Amino acid sequence: MFWRKKDKSVQEPAVIEEVLEEVIQDEVAVQEVEIPQVELEPVVLPKRSLTKGIRSVFSRIKFDLENLDELEDVLIQADFGVDAAEAIVQEVKNRAKKSGAKTEGELKLILTDLLTEKFGRDDRSLKLDNGVQPYVILVVGVNGAGKTTTIGKLANWLTQGGAKVTLGAADTFRAAAVDQLATWATRSNSELVKPSIEGQDPASVAFESAERAIANQSDVLIIDTAGRLQNKQGLMDELGKIRRVIEKNLAISEVLLVLDATTGQNALAQAKAFTEVANVTGIVLTKLDGTAKGGIVYAIQEQLNIPVKLVGIGEGIDDFGFFDASEFAQGLVGES
Amino acid sequence: MFGNLSDRLVETFKNLRSKGKLSAADIDATLREIRRALLEADVALEVVKSFIASVRERALGDEVSKALNPAQQVVQIVQEELVTILGGEQRRLNFAKNPPTVIMLAGLQGSGKTTLAGKLAKWLKDQGQTPILVACDLQRPNAVNQLQVIGERVGVPVFAPEEGNGKGNPVSVAKDAIKHAKQKQFSVVIVDTAGRLGIDEELMKQANDIRKATDPDEVLFVIDSMIGQDAVNVAKAFEDGVGITGVVLTKLDGDARGGAALSVAQVTGKPIIFASTGEGMEAFEPFYPDRMASRILDMGDILTLIEQAQKSFDEEQAREIADKMAKDSFTLEDFLEQMQQLRKMGSIKNMLAMMPGANKLKSQLENIDEKEIDHTEAIIRSMTPKERKDPKILNGSRRLRIAKGSGMTVTDVNGLVNRFEQAAKMMKTMSRGGNPGIPGMPAGMPPMGRPQAKKDKGKKGSKSGNPAKRAAEAAGIELPKNDKGGSAFGL
Repeated sequence: MFWRKKDKSVQEPAVIEEVLEEVIQDEVAVQEVEIPQVELEPVVLPKRSLTKGIRSVFSRIKFDLENLDELEDVLIQADFGVDAAEAIVQEVKNRAKKSGAKTEGELKLILTDLLTEKFGRDDRSLKLDNGVQPYVILVVGVNGAGKTTTIGKLANWLTQGGAKVTLGAADTFRAAAVDQLATWATRSNSELVKPSIEGQDPASVAFESAERAIANQSDVLIIDTAGRLQNKQGLMDELGKIRRVIEKNLAISEVLLVLDATTGQNALAQAKAFTEVANVTGIVLTKLDGTAKGGIVYAIQEQLNIPVKLVGIGEGIDDFGFFDASEFAQGLVGES
Repeated sequence: MFGNLSDRLVETFKNLRSKGKLSAADIDATLREIRRALLEADVALEVVKSFIASVRERALGDEVSKALNPAQQVVQIVQEELVTILGGEQRRLNFAKNPPTVIMLAGLQGSGKTTLAGKLAKWLKDQGQTPILVACDLQRPNAVNQLQVIGERVGVPVFAPEEGNGKGNPVSVAKDAIKHAKQKQFSVVIVDTAGRLGIDEELMKQANDIRKATDPDEVLFVIDSMIGQDAVNVAKAFEDGVGITGVVLTKLDGDARGGAALSVAQVTGKPIIFASTGEGMEAFEPFYPDRMASRILDMGDILTLIEQAQKSFDEEQAREIADKMAKDSFTLEDFLEQMQQLRKMGSIKNMLAMMPGANKLKSQLENIDEKEIDHTEAIIRSMTPKERKDPKILNGSRRLRIAKGSGMTVTDVNGLVNRFEQAAKMMKTMSRGGNPGIPGMPAGMPPMGRPQAKKDKGKKGSKSGNPAKRAAEAAGIELPKNDKGGSAFGL
């Protein structure tokens, strides 16, 4: 289930101000502050995107103990990778033997439980809760993964909840990237910090964004960065510099790696490289509304211990949600 | 984790060498490794299955059992089959008999269509065509704007009557663009379209409408080389929905093995025409099936490497240097020249990345500091011609002057002179014994990586007899790279 903040009529700005006062008066209260702190409500996402495509893959095989090797194929086709697929099948076999499961329903349940278990962890939400504002979210990823779109959706979600959001346009490389972010800033009612000259050093834009976010008392600062392939050392170093420059003024709450769900095994290399330079705290899995399953996030979580936090499911401003382990597993396996 | 395919096959073949003939079991063991390698390279499972089946059939035939080294023959078959599927020969772009030629681009979101449109326009312009770009992506925020900026960068006009951002009808824009191009006598029309998902029926129909309206000579399917198993679904959807005539593979400058190329070529039967290899507008080249085959199998792109080396290293110059070395007249000037040759081949890191098994060398590759070459160059350029010819005359005051002139320290200058002397000695030996390296490559190619050098940094050795060096040591300044294990170029 994906959750989103309840109606914007909730008087969020007042809450934040109150909270801020509290912070000033009493340092101890810092721990309890949470943004967005309003009630959440589930967002019903189109099932077509998550379940339909995936189930059709599974319906191709007969799901019984003899046919379990074919399960490996299905997992490979969902981009889990050979190693992960083999390991999962082995584990399903072991559990089936132990419990004496035989029917398709029982086996599917074992698989669903296994995946839910593996994906399940309690650090899925954005860590915007230590009370030291503005919270900074740094968004990184390869070219074309969907960083700018993700930022637009995220900013809108936060402003709807009443938070004040500043966007830093540190993608000074791609043609018209700043304009694209500007459009999202308008749509989401966020403030935008642009480079003052064309092709300005992205780190200096990030620095200015941090200063401005502090000056205008933003709750959240989201920094957009240029897409970069993880094997380009120079560009990766630049990202490290952006991070360090922001940290001169503010602590970074989240570093989100945006990953296209259609990406294959290379996503693991991406996650490794970006974690090395930018200390990634969460994955945003985009374009899940297509036929891709994004199975590689399994390997990423197993090997690098990075949780998937958000999923993108379309081009609309509301087309995103929080990743939910059991929903993802059920969508993948289908009804048991 | 397993290493790359080359390493794994070497393991498999170890047991095979002694046998003269391959058994069916041997072949299967080899094919299992190849299957795994293909899957790890993101080749779609159904494509892998049919591929392995056909290789197996050929491998079991007479062809192999009679071969001198049967195991390697299997790899040969794999390579050949890969190249066959990838399109065999290169295919050129189709041009219309009566201009304008219309090229339509289609693909998923984020595959790189707009950037590619600019590269294609530049490439065509450089060939004497007069292209025009058409902004039919009216969906993504500021896509039109992006195309305009790109058009300006490459000096190609952009037809963009609609501002986009969800407004305007791409089909009528496309129609008007053709009229406009005919009127103004543009020779090629490049139509950029919005990214769309294969399962989005409405948008696929729109793409098909654009196709009908423009009657393109080429419909190029643009696909990200990092895409996984979904490549088959996407390719099928675009083939069925729009109908494609060729494929462009983007972001090939990344380190993805690009198995999707194989999936798409197999599923659609359409040739891959271009490869897009970087962010610059000139990073665009025709697609080479044989090189892609090597890349998918992670066997290294030796062909490209050799070709590049040959292109930039003049054989005559190489002979001259070899002569000089033999006669002991190799000077710092030659040293500098040789280094510039190396530079011409492109970034050393990129070059090494094309070597087989280079993935493993990644950490070592990172240790190569190209600035080091810059520094060396600066030092040599700060010398007088006389000093370059005869480094022996470099006394303390000359060295100080050179250090100041090049913005380096005396220690750096000393280090360079030492390295040069060692290199000259080494090359003399090599030129006598002949260079066993790749033909056309300069003698004394740097060894890959510099695994020792970093560790040597800052290690304090014995007190130096040189006052400047001793002072530097005392001040805790980093010492230049140790000579041992380094190459002629101080890498």
